[in-house]
Amino acid sequence: MSEFDFSTTLGNAFFNTPIFTASGCASSGKELAQFFPLKDIGAVVTKSVMNKPRYGRPTPRMAETPSGMLNSIGLQGPGIEAFLANDIPWLVEQNSRIIISIAGETIEEYATLARKVRSVAGISAIEVNISCPNVENRGLVFACDPEASRRVIDGVRKTIGGELPIIAKLSPDVTNLPEIAKGVVESGADALALINTVLGMVINLETMRPHLGGKTGGLSGPAIRPVAVRAIYQVHAALPEVPILGMGGVTSGRDALELVLAGASGVSVGTASFGNPHAVVDIQSELRDLLIAKGFSSLKSAVGYAHREANL
Amino acid sequence: MSQINRNAAHIRATILANKRVGQYHQIVFGIGDLVKSCRPGNFVAISVGGDSSRMILRRAFAISRVSESASFGGTMELIAAPHGSGSKWLCSQSEGSEVDIVLPLGTAFGIPTSPVNALLVGGGYGSAPLFGLAEVLKSRGCKVDMLLGASTSAKIYAPMEGKRSVNSLKIYTEDGTMGEVGRVTDPIKVLIEEKSIDVIYSCGPMGMLCAISELTANTDVVHQCAVEEAMACGIGICMTCVLPVKGADGQISMLRSCIDGPVMDGSMVQWNLVGQVPEVGS
Repeated sequence: MSEFDFSTTLGNAFFNTPIFTASGCASSGKELAQFFPLKDIGAVVTKSVMNKPRYGRPTPRMAETPSGMLNSIGLQGPGIEAFLANDIPWLVEQNSRIIISIAGETIEEYATLARKVRSVAGISAIEVNISCPNVENRGLVFACDPEASRRVIDGVRKTIGGELPIIAKLSPDVTNLPEIAKGVVESGADALALINTVLGMVINLETMRPHLGGKTGGLSGPAIRPVAVRAIYQVHAALPEVPILGMGGVTSGRDALELVLAGASGVSVGTASFGNPHAVVDIQSELRDLLIAKGFSSLKSAVGYAHREANL
Repeated sequence: MSQINRNAAHIRATILANKRVGQYHQIVFGIGDLVKSCRPGNFVAISVGGDSSRMILRRAFAISRVSESASFGGTMELIAAPHGSGSKWLCSQSEGSEVDIVLPLGTAFGIPTSPVNALLVGGGYGSAPLFGLAEVLKSRGCKVDMLLGASTSAKIYAPMEGKRSVNSLKIYTEDGTMGEVGRVTDPIKVLIEEKSIDVIYSCGPMGMLCAISELTANTDVVHQCAVEEAMACGIGICMTCVLPVKGADGQISMLRSCIDGPVMDGSMVQWNLVGQVPEVGS
């Protein structure tokens, strides 16, 4: 019997396994390294970093909800210079595959970030987060506007040249996700990350006001998994050749398999790591076992399998 | 290897005892050799609700004390208040059941190298980690005085055996149902003026920690406080439990109370900015 092939590719980037961390749910890897070697997973996707250091949003930043949670972090971070100086060399030392996630307030900021990332050695891909819901001005959620999405990716592509794969992270909070996906692919995205959190709100019954300091927050966790499966399925149907890094409420190998069957070439584990520091490696081995048990010879042969004709 | 979470282990631990003490539950877990890496001030993160639970986040509890015995091996005691769905679930677990725990997490109380006069101040069941701390301080020759406060007597956690590890214990309740009427912070000003204390160790509501920090400001008294912020992960990856803290360089950073805390230098926490965002460049 031939060896099972668990590897995957996003653009020209190769990964030994398809299970990654999700941006914003693993910081820069140091915290999780106590629980498993980072080189054992597909890749570490670092927390979206902006050009300048940023405090983020006021507390409270979190509310647990049924099978999920709202967060309102607001892209707190050290800024790209400190991040590249302190966090990336350490990750490279761990022999981890690295995907840097960037976020900007303007189209120019994304291009600036791309220019600074371009020269860094040891990076497998760049995730362009155009869908963070926790910004002061909802108008800045580029991924809600097809034209703005295209312009951000176009700027990054022109700055970064043709080599480093660009993964555009999109929001499910839009009317026509395949249209936005097509736009960013035309502008030069090699892959798509689906989905970012879903915008939500919790009212505190004691204060009778929005509970989060930022009022609204991003909903994540198992509660949004069906939204992720739907989004991945729709986009894979429209753009079958474009690799998708799927995410949204994946807590077990069976959840990851749902996303793969819907069309994801890779799966990021986010909120599950908050409840289980071993979630990424647990899900990775569960998915591998499940794929083998279902008779697949490779991960790639399972990607989008839910789309096959009814009689196959 | 990274220094963050460097002692943390992810285990299933058996509940050896679970008894009600006033409004709280005192729960003892068998944790084996991990007791050796648990320090007063550290906390644990417990998965609640069982496998099919809709509660996806761990609950954080301060370690009350650890001990080693021939019959049970290493044990750890927590004090839980059955307030929300998660803590109610934990308090309802019977002896013999297994619980998924990540421990030990966070910073510990700094223990002085030479004997000092220590004042331990606890609000509500914030007193829990102070008894384990008191034992360590006593073994180092420190004088240990304790002040406990709460709104009412049922919310005071002061086990009989804990009283043995302190030189004095005074209790304050706002409604006067136990000890003296008033707040636990009332006598501190005088104690500082009399120069009868070197270090204050505190654990309890943020308002109490802030009030103690104001009293110790511009004095020689060191204030080590264990802060309380809502956490989603307990291991530093979610960034929800942040507090504005001034660094040695004068810059204010939003530090995670799970890995840069829970024990922090009270004089560096920017209490007036909690719940706000510092001005950039401040």
